[in-house]
Amino acid sequence: MEHYTMNLTLKVWRQKNSQEHGHFETFQVKDISSEMSFLEMFDVLNEQLINEGKEPIAFDHDCREGICGACSMYVDGRAHGPWEKNTVCQLHMRAYKDGDTIVVEPWRSAAFPVIKDLMVDRRAFDRIIEAGGFVSVNTGNAPDANAIPVSKVAADEAFDAAACIGCGACVAACPNGSAALFIGAKVSQLAFLPQGDAERASRVRNMVDQAAKEGFGNCGNIYNCEAECPKGISVGNIAKMKREYMRASVTTGPAGIRE
Amino acid sequence: MVLDSKIPAGDLKDKWQNYKDHCKLVSPANKRNIQIIVIGTGLAGASAAATLGELGYNVKAFCFQDSPRRAHSIAAQGGINAAKNYQNDGDSTFRLYYETLKGGDYRSREANTYRLAEVSGNIIDQATAQGVPFAREYGGTLANRSFGGTQVSRTFYARGQTGQQLLLGAYGALERQVATGKVTMYSRHEMLDLVIIDGKARGIIARNLVTGKLERYFGHAVVLASGGYGNVFFLSTNAMGSNVTASWKSHKKGAFFANPCFTQIHPTCIPVSGDYQSKLTLMSESLRNDGRIWVPKKKDDNRKAKDIPHDERDYYLERRYPAFGNLVPRDVASRAAKERCDAGYGVGSSKMAVYLDFADAIKRYGKMEAHKKVIENPSEETIRELGMQVVKDKYGNLFEMYEKITGENPYEVPMRIYPAVHYTMGGLWVDYELQTTVPGLFAIGECNFSDHGANRLGASALMQGLADGYFVLPYTIGNYLSSEIRTPAIPVTDPAFEEAEKAVAERINKLMNIKGARSVDHFHRELGKIMWDKCGMARNEKGLTEAITEIQQLREEFWKDLRVPGEVESMNPELDKAQRVADFMELAELMCRDALNRRESCGGHFREESQTSEGEALRIDDEFSFVSAWEYKPEGEVLNKEPLIFEVSKPSQRSYK
Ligand SMILES: Cc1cc2nc3c(=O)[nH]c(=O)nc-3n(C[C@H](O)[C@H](O)[C@H](O)COP(=O)(O)OP(=O)(O)OC[C@H]3O[C@@H](n4cnc5c(N)ncnc54)[C@H](O)[C@@H]3O)c2cc1C
Ligand code: FES
Repeated sequence: MEHYTMNLTLKVWRQKNSQEHGHFETFQVKDISSEMSFLEMFDVLNEQLINEGKEPIAFDHDCREGICGACSMYVDGRAHGPWEKNTVCQLHMRAYKDGDTIVVEPWRSAAFPVIKDLMVDRRAFDRIIEAGGFVSVNTGNAPDANAIPVSKVAADEAFDAAACIGCGACVAACPNGSAALFIGAKVSQLAFLPQGDAERASRVRNMVDQAAKEGFGNCGNIYNCEAECPKGISVGNIAKMKREYMRASVTTGPAGIRE
Repeated sequence: MVLDSKIPAGDLKDKWQNYKDHCKLVSPANKRNIQIIVIGTGLAGASAAATLGELGYNVKAFCFQDSPRRAHSIAAQGGINAAKNYQNDGDSTFRLYYETLKGGDYRSREANTYRLAEVSGNIIDQATAQGVPFAREYGGTLANRSFGGTQVSRTFYARGQTGQQLLLGAYGALERQVATGKVTMYSRHEMLDLVIIDGKARGIIARNLVTGKLERYFGHAVVLASGGYGNVFFLSTNAMGSNVTASWKSHKKGAFFANPCFTQIHPTCIPVSGDYQSKLTLMSESLRNDGRIWVPKKKDDNRKAKDIPHDERDYYLERRYPAFGNLVPRDVASRAAKERCDAGYGVGSSKMAVYLDFADAIKRYGKMEAHKKVIENPSEETIRELGMQVVKDKYGNLFEMYEKITGENPYEVPMRIYPAVHYTMGGLWVDYELQTTVPGLFAIGECNFSDHGANRLGASALMQGLADGYFVLPYTIGNYLSSEIRTPAIPVTDPAFEEAEKAVAERINKLMNIKGARSVDHFHRELGKIMWDKCGMARNEKGLTEAITEIQQLREEFWKDLRVPGEVESMNPELDKAQRVADFMELAELMCRDALNRRESCGGHFREESQTSEGEALRIDDEFSFVSAWEYKPEGEVLNKEPLIFEVSKPSQRSYK
């Protein structure tokens, strides 16, 4: 792999806090190595800003290896930038060439208010999980792990759904700001497994209802979410969630009961 | 001070049961009046907070990320050990205990390690019941793999994302308690000090990272589950935010810090590529099950890997350790890589890397598949295709990650790897009850020192975090709290809170007012360089002595020339970092002192002065069979020793030849 360096123009969203209006600010960065990650390029920019006596750009990040779901930048109109199935922390600068201009914004969604610059408040996702994204089993209550066999196929499907990192790219990419893929992933994971069966009906209802309360939109079958999901979570999970929701309305599950 | 480890009486295998049979309990009615603070929502913190909530306590849980689900535990890849013996291959509680103790080079307690092995099976049951999608066999039972060179298959896994799946299970349990109101979650909050009243831990001062305001919280007890301190090296496999602040502040308020120099350097990480590097990425140890590690036999060989014929390659682990080969423990593999690179045999542009090669595995698997599929005289190409598929099924996500970072395709060219800081075995000293030397302050997970001695085996950090949080702390904290049921909640207007908050505010103002010229990262990088060069994979008296002086100088410069932009009372990530690095600067010195004091090699701690004629680590049991527990005093750190007594398993030298 040949390495090279580049100079870039960055247009970055700046916003002091949730109350004030934001605006784009333009920056030049020089001698960026093609081996850097996108966030390392931001480190370089921030170092530059600090040296100039300015305030660096705030953005969420932690693991920098595509698993914690913290990083969340909308790059040139795409959640997490140009690479498929990728988080922005794993985007590398070899995706760009000398002279490029890059526009970077925060996730935009009514349910994710901006905290500062590129940082948003995603606690609505935690509250959706709180509404039912779990199996109610107290510590110490569990039977032997091999007591209930689960077919490899079901376990693998559950895993595929469970791989969601909760970053919110699906919401950011959706014109309706829907959280359907996020909810669908958790609902499917637990619906595939016998362990999740007892609470199937209440889980899907409570989670979907909570999402509506948080201000997430409805799913319009546009499927930008799957295209932008860094973990490739399938929209099949949304279909599954919708079926589960239907099923919950016709069965006599404990409607809307929160334990 | 005499350290009382409070190991219960009785045979090793009965100790924990004896403890549980006799420890004091708190009645449900009293639990309702008790408040507990839990710092951290990784595997240890989330499992503890959820379980304490289920038991009826009122829990306040804190993390600095925007959601508890993002704790660093999420990044664990390879798996979690448990002595289930599902594979019928001879595993047992004793065997897991023994291997953990021996792997840790006999620098941990027998009783703690045994208990860890004893409860390990319950963790798998609990996680499975939560819906954690562990890998399974076609028959529907759980699958296992062997990990880190053990002779049994006891590692449970969820592809390469075991930590993620276990944490999401614990996070679900935590959120369920948040819904019931038993747990209150404070995300984007950072604990900046411990509040002690009448000698007992009674609360914390935290900074709300969104508003920048300091807040006070009371608890009848405080549990730290704040993770490891590998980021003292700047570059490590830890998440960017991982830090020592909660432990360090507690240390300065009286909690002893044990074995700070015990650091694990993981052999298989993607090498550093430039000065801008912000972190290092682990390539799971499981890769060593199939990958072969080598360097060219010729110094400064600039040929491409594929142009170097087999007989001109040095498979140095297989050469030096024929019995274990590529599967030697982490500390041994890391040192061997360093030795080759230092001697001039490294590969890649930096020459600080070795190859991890899958070509032979692809061929071997390809032939097996062709045989299974009854393909006669398969072509080289077919074998390759079939073999690649097998390797992809096993390690696909890791190969993808490698390619994303380096731009190279590891199916075609061997991976380049180099050791990197990964885990810290040291941490706050705790007794058998996981209580620190400050009454009412407990430490669980990676932030305590307890179970891994001088070297942690693969897949046992997840085990320890969850053992502590689900199955140990909920009992032991009850024993403490049973005598607190008459303590009413202390209002946070108490002078102790007042004073602690004032001290935190003063330090913040001091940092903001330096108004120097250099950024936090600048100083952090410098610190990391000193630590990596002089307190890293190999240590000696001269280097450590120099390091202490250099750290002191750097610390002075830090407090003179740091620049923290922004405001105090608003979101300010640079200020958050500055506080963490200020604490790392102090910890670093203690690590060097501890390393200097321990004039033996053991586990990850390699003192060049103490090695065998073949260059292997040499333990000195007569002198160093103890836990170093450092006590903070304003005039300097004081060393206390907890002798390690081995009643059941007598120490032997590790040999992987
Ligand atoms: C890349 C990688 C792969 C790994 N793979 C494996 C593996 O396969 N198997 C294995 O057994 N182990 C593995 N490990 C080790 C293991 O992941 C960790 O040791 C373990 O997850 C630590 O868990 P913890 O709960 O103690 O702390 P963490 O998960 O680090 O959690 C710390 C928590 O404390 C909070 N916190 C910290 N400081 C403060 C503060 N001042 N105020 C408020 N909150 C604070 C954080 O927000 C976070 O919630 C791996 C480690 C790495 C880096
Ligand atoms: S920083 Fe963790 S996923 Fe990007």
